[in-house]
Amino acid sequence: MRRIFKTHYNQDIDLFRDGIDRNIYCGLLVILLLLPLSVGSFWLGEISYALILSITSVGLMLLTGFAGQVSIGHGAFVGIGAYANAVLLTSGLPLPLSIIGAVVISTLVGALLGYPALRLSGLYLAMATLAFTFIVEHVFVHWESMTGGFGGMSVPAGVILNYSIMEGVSFYYLCLLSAVGALLLARNILRSPTGRAFVSIRDSEVAAQSMGVNLASKKTTAFALSAGFAGLSGALLAHRIGSLAPDAFGVLLSIQLLLMVVVGGLGSLHGAIFGAIFVSMLPQIIAVFRDTLPDSLAQQPGLEPGLFGAILVAFVLFEPAGINGRWQKVKAYFAHFPMHRKATFRRQKNFTKSERFR
Amino acid sequence: MTLLNVRDLTLSFGGVKAVNAISFDIQAGEIFTIIGPNGAGKTTLFNLLSRIYRPTGGEITFDGMNITNVAAHRIAKLGIARTFQNIELFEHASVLHNLLVGRQAHVETNVLQEMLFLPSVRKRELEHRDVAERVIELLRLEHARDELIANLPYGVRKIVEIARALCTQPKLLLLDEPSSGLNPEETHDIGFWIRDIRDDLGITIALVEHDMGLVGRVSDRVMAIDQGQMVAVGRPDEVRQNPQVLSAYLGIPS
Ligand SMILES: Nc1ncnc2c1ncn2[C@@H]1O[C@H](COP(=O)(O)OP(=O)(O)OP(=O)(O)O)[C@@H](O)[C@H]1O
Ligand SMILES: [Mg+2]
Repeated sequence: MRRIFKTHYNQDIDLFRDGIDRNIYCGLLVILLLLPLSVGSFWLGEISYALILSITSVGLMLLTGFAGQVSIGHGAFVGIGAYANAVLLTSGLPLPLSIIGAVVISTLVGALLGYPALRLSGLYLAMATLAFTFIVEHVFVHWESMTGGFGGMSVPAGVILNYSIMEGVSFYYLCLLSAVGALLLARNILRSPTGRAFVSIRDSEVAAQSMGVNLASKKTTAFALSAGFAGLSGALLAHRIGSLAPDAFGVLLSIQLLLMVVVGGLGSLHGAIFGAIFVSMLPQIIAVFRDTLPDSLAQQPGLEPGLFGAILVAFVLFEPAGINGRWQKVKAYFAHFPMHRKATFRRQKNFTKSERFR
Repeated sequence: MTLLNVRDLTLSFGGVKAVNAISFDIQAGEIFTIIGPNGAGKTTLFNLLSRIYRPTGGEITFDGMNITNVAAHRIAKLGIARTFQNIELFEHASVLHNLLVGRQAHVETNVLQEMLFLPSVRKRELEHRDVAERVIELLRLEHARDELIANLPYGVRKIVEIARALCTQPKLLLLDEPSSGLNPEETHDIGFWIRDIRDDLGITIALVEHDMGLVGRVSDRVMAIDQGQMVAVGRPDEVRQNPQVLSAYLGIPS
């Protein structure tokens, strides 16, 4: 078992706990950088997709996993990012600027949504964000001059310095750069006062307030940030799918995104990444699953959303801490082997809390 | 010097006047205890002082400033910190994390600087940590520093809540039943902490307390309230002997 000997406060503030952690993450980054050398274009595309999803996942994790605000509206932000990027590219902006523009636009819309959402929480907030998904989808359909409506909109090829990013390897690097950047930004937020304020809002609003946390401003910040992350991943996603249609960014995507953070494990950036990997592999998993089912079931139209629902329920029931929680348990098992105690992770009920001042 | 002045403070929930035209003041450097039977309105009074509730009438002046309409999140910065009767800690965070949230009122960096973790952010973080560590040392919480709140026993949580309030570096500390749920030894310790906080840190303390032994040991002055109204105020032994206070507790008409 590894014990960390602390000699300076900086060790609790730094990006990595210690040298071993730093080497592990840097090693992982090197592997990802070298990946195109050894992996075919199909898998490179799939990994790019996982990286794109992990950007939204990290953003949604900030909002839902850390600040405790549920959103079934993030599909809409991904859509806003995708359409904004496509529209800006069409208008002749170079690619880096169009992506930045997409991020800015979705961040602003996120802040706007955050404002009415201030007074809502829990189920009501979920419903409001769900309604937001419908509104945005409606706008995509009816603002034809901008989005092409149901006819769809083709995304112009992205070019950086005369170099097409549509080609697999460069697109992969763009996704990798964005995902690592997003992860770093999120990590920085979490190790500074804003991140702690998010957690405090999640765990007790009245205490947070009494400690000087401005609930309105922090919740708006959380919405804006997570919308910005979703916008970035939408901008990249636009290039992956090539042609945008309104129904790609509907409720199903939003639920899939929420599934991602819950399955990954709320309240952890590792969880956000695990969740993104899981959801990006879902189509393959479902394809395999479909093959094993009798035809009459496999051809049912509702199979995918049904499966999402079933997975979500299964995790909430059996592993509320998500894949990350499972991973922590496995790690603890080996760290303490053969002395591990089963009770370490037993769920405890707590009766001290009262709802009186909520 | 008067630190806190409350005039005719009133709050009604529908028809119930939970706090009814209460007036009192707290002097800088004193330990002021509020007693009263269950449902008397003690916690509601604290919630009014920390601006969680908006009074329907009256005025609160703190340190020469009218705070009756100040937003709740600005109260900590002005110098009022509090604990809660039913412990409101951040359950899924470490003790250190909880204490650092106590520094929120003094945060001067914005989210853009924090996203990039500029050197100024690190500098401020180290300062906040320093304050938190001093409180940890004062309340002997070293052993629990990195524990999650959810894994701590009740008694330690109570101390952590006081520690978190101290991290805001308040002028006035409101403690809502610091000894509730504690065993006699822990209650005894709490008495010492309360005096230490006042004597060593110079923080004025207002507390709500049911344990009359503790009240007698720590308080400079005691105020008794019943059904939202003030019944008596004075030295601990005076108030305890007051016939109206006795009848409020025992239900005997005086
Ligand atoms: N949010 C609320 N809505 C309606 N009524 C409330 C609310 N909070 C308190 N009350 C009522 O106000 C009165 C005073 O309650 P309060 O919690 O202040 O009592 P207390 O003196 O703190 O009692 P205890 O010793 O049990 O903590 C009670 O009658 C209570 O039912
Ligand atoms: Mg009370």
